[in-house]
Amino acid sequence: MKTIKVCYFAMFREHAGVAEETLMLEAATAHDVFEQTRLRHGSDEPNGHCKVAINDHMADWDSPVNDGDTVLLFPPVAGG
Amino acid sequence: MIEISESPIDTAELQRLLTDPAAGGYCAFEGWVRNENEGHVVERLEYEAYEPIAVAEGEKVLAEAKAQFPYLAARCVHRVGVLEIGECAVWIGVASAHRDEAFKACRYIIDEIKVRLPIWKKEHYANGDSGWVNCERCAQHGIAD
Repeated sequence: MKTIKVCYFAMFREHAGVAEETLMLEAATAHDVFEQTRLRHGSDEPNGHCKVAINDHMADWDSPVNDGDTVLLFPPVAGG
Repeated sequence: MIEISESPIDTAELQRLLTDPAAGGYCAFEGWVRNENEGHVVERLEYEAYEPIAVAEGEKVLAEAKAQFPYLAARCVHRVGVLEIGECAVWIGVASAHRDEAFKACRYIIDEIKVRLPIWKKEHYANGDSGWVNCERCAQHGIAD
């Protein structure tokens, strides 16, 4: 198990009801974290248009996560 | 440079900051808050950004634009917070020796910013509802300006 701090933004924060939480997860990749938090909060957003960052750096969904990492989950962006 | 701002964008001041005797052209894009989206009457928008990555990714976009369309100077400001109809939500200015680089760099910067920076907008409608804009179609550049 790894201790992962997960941060939610925009619609993800509203679904989760919190801006961030620290979870004990069996997760190898950023995608694993996304899937487990999705189940936890009942979100049906696929990850296709979402982005992920690890420790303040943009990452890929197959990027590994380590104990103590902060994973930031970004729903589809809409700047401009 | 790119900046995330909680206060209104002073476009005249930003243009002045790009002044350069070597510049023969200047191009700016302003994104404004529109009163309608996909059939809904919009009353105001609420923007949210994750600033550390928005700024870092924005600087990358500016560097990519400069590599492809060598310009003299470029700046970008994106608003966060609650914006009313007609307010400027994003401003991009590019100064270059010739107009072609300014036009092309400006277009590249706004297109990339819309799809890459962690910035979200929530529309507040006249009927009291609200919704986050799902900008997946923004990948088809130009649709959701």
